Formats: sequence, structure tokens, C-alpha cells
Amino acid sequence: MLLREVEYARPASVRDAVRLLSEHDGARALAGGQTLINVMKSRAASPDVLVDLQDLAELKAIDLAADGTLTVGSMVTYTELVESVEARARPILGDVCATIADVQVRNRGTIGGNVCSNDPTNHLPPLMVALGATMTIVGTDGERDVPAEDFFIGVYMTAAGAGELVTKIVIPAGKGDGFAAVTIGKDGTCIVSAAASLDGGAPRIAIGCVDAVPVRVEVSSTAADAVREAVRAANLDPPGDVHASSGYRRHLAEVLAARAVEQAEQRRN
Amino acid sequence: MEAGTAEVVRSKTVSVTVNGTTYEREVDARRLLIHFLRDDLDLTGSHVGCDTGNCGACSVILDGTLIKSCMMLAVQADGATIETVEGLAEGEELTELQKSFSAHHALQCGYCTPGMLMSATALLRSNAHPTEAEIRKAIQGNICRCTGYVNIVEAIKSVGETS
Repeated sequence: MLLREVEYARPASVRDAVRLLSEHDGARALAGGQTLINVMKSRAASPDVLVDLQDLAELKAIDLAADGTLTVGSMVTYTELVESVEARARPILGDVCATIADVQVRNRGTIGGNVCSNDPTNHLPPLMVALGATMTIVGTDGERDVPAEDFFIGVYMTAAGAGELVTKIVIPAGKGDGFAAVTIGKDGTCIVSAAASLDGGAPRIAIGCVDAVPVRVEVSSTAADAVREAVRAANLDPPGDVHASSGYRRHLAEVLAARAVEQAEQRRN
Repeated sequence: MEAGTAEVVRSKTVSVTVNGTTYEREVDARRLLIHFLRDDLDLTGSHVGCDTGNCGACSVILDGTLIKSCMMLAVQADGATIETVEGLAEGEELTELQKSFSAHHALQCGYCTPGMLMSATALLRSNAHPTEAEIRKAIQGNICRCTGYVNIVEAIKSVGETS
């Protein structure tokens, strides 16, 4: 398909990427392009300048600290995360990334692109909220860290504003994690997803596809009945569409939250 | 290039090596890699099926990695080495995989075949003896509306078993 005319730059440093993003109105970062190129075809997005991040080696690192903290550069692809020895420190990451779309998409799509596009059906936003991840955002004024819970602010919108770039995602140590989703076809788009983590005190549950951003659900017990009751008490009002009615999504949210917590318990033990 | 100096351009000259031949072409930033291959380089083996990143008919191997060339700009491929379906056979001599597709009747209309062959080629390079489950996972991004996939899976499996 012929895209609308667009300008292109391929910076060699994060500083230059941020300069380009901030100097040009309508500039957007181009990571793996597995979402952006397609929404440009449909004209759902029409950036004026694409800032290609592929040469920024510092965004491609995966580091495991002595305390188990994992730092994943925003340009790390799903495949790199699946194959990374370091990333096995938090096994749920690779396990979920291995179920995103298909080989070709996993080879190009990036963890930063997934969270920054913040499509409500994406796998990683609820997972990042459940894991207690923190996004590092760089702009012309410097660098700041934003917890995942505050990072996702609306459909396709995040705390990373115009002229800013997510450079890395920091994920604390842990292994008691679970993820469950009902998808359109195997490894397809999520209809509802739920992520859970039992590390760091009370269970952290985040549900995807039921609102503009992942919904945190508070629960003190890991018993399935308690989890389902907590999801019911959240009074979700998910959208209905051809794939699932609002009521069915509400039902799935309960079931999948319980499954995610059950999986998290199994992995922890 | 000195950091802090990247230029914003509407088009640029890219250099790509496709199936062993290096091409230099001026290309618009908005041009998708698949159109660059098909229309600028006249390498029409790679197909445009859905043009939305779902069907995999445009799959090529870029710097050793399987990708869909409709979800990448040609300018992003500057400096890359690309393999397309035209590069598989040595002259008239088909690869074992191509022969196996023929022997197992793994194509009917043939539209998806270039992408299927590239996905299966990438799979067999990293995993010479894939299981059926691994084969099915590896061709998940390639849609075939004719065969029902059974003969495609058989064709790939057969190469793994005899290699």
C-alpha cells in the first residue's frame, strides 16, 4: 500500500532521537513498526516524521542485576526476550511474548512498542502493571521513571508524551507470576487477558481489554472464589463487540483472573 | 555519522543486498519494503496478500531473521542483506524444501508459497528436525486458503526427517 508522504530520520544516539522527536511536530518514534506501519496504512495514524530507533544499541540491552532486577531496553524484540538467558529470571516475560502473534511479528515487534502503542488488547500492559514494572522516559528535560500503573493513561495513550522516548523497562525480581487470556484464534488478539503476580506482598492482578487501561484488582487471598469476588466487586464495564458482549467479557475477567492467580501460585512453589 | 546530526529526509539512497546482488536505489521514505522488492527491483516472487501484516505472503529473511516485508519501510532496510524466494534455488536446482513442497502437493494456487518457503527455510536453519507442533507454530504467520495446511506441514516435516 502507498503510505501518506512521510519524512524519515535514523539517529545514532538517544539524545539525537529525542532532539528529532521534540523539534518536529507530528514526529513519532519508529520501533519495530509492527503496529505503527499498519496504522499508517489505514491512516489511523499519520505521522509527519518517523524517527527510526534501530541504530540505538543502548535500547537493545537486557541486564540482570545481582538482586534479580531485570532491565529490558525498549528496542528488545519479543524473540530476543524469549531467547534471553537473563530474561529467564522472570520467566513469565518470555512465556507471554512467545504467544504474541507469529514468528515474523515477534522478530520485529518490541517490548517498548507494545507498551507505548498501548492498544487495550495488547498483552504487555496488564503484565507490566501486575509485575510492578517501571518505565524510564527520556525527554529534552532529562529522564524520569514512571510506574506501569501510572504509565498507561488511555487508549493508545501513555505518560510518554510528544518529544519523549521510553528507553527501558525495569522489572523487579520474582517468579510467582501468571497470565491467562482468551484470544481470537491461537496466539491471536486478546478478547480479555489477566496477569497476576504473587511476589511483593499482596497478589497484584491486572486485567486487560476491559477498559482503556489495565484495571488493577485488589484481593487479599489467592483462593479462586476470593479472586472472582474481587473482580466482580470491581464493577467492570467492558465494551461489547462482535467477539464478545460486555457481559461475557465481565465473566471472562473473573475466570481469567482466577486462572492467572492459580498459575502464579504453581510457578511460585 | 556524528551523534546529533541525523537528517530528516523525504527520500534517500538505500543500498541493500538481495540474494547476493547489491542494489542502490533512491527510494521514498513512505515506500514499503515489499514494493521496493517487487516494483523497484522487479523481484516479484514475494507476494502482497493482505497488506495488513497478517497473511505472510511477503515474508523474507532480513539479516538472517524472518520478517514480513509489508511491515517495514525500504529505508529501514538500508545496509541490510535480504533473502527472497528467488534466492532459494541454485539455478534450476530446487532446494530439498522446494522439492518436498512439490512432492507433497503442498501448494494449490501457490500464492502463499513464497512466504511459506521462507518461513520453513528459517525454521529448518534454526531447528533441522522440527516436530509437527514446532512446524505449525513456525508457519502461524503464513495463511493458506487452499491446502488446509496438512500437506505443507508434511512437506516441511519430511525435509526434517530426511536431512
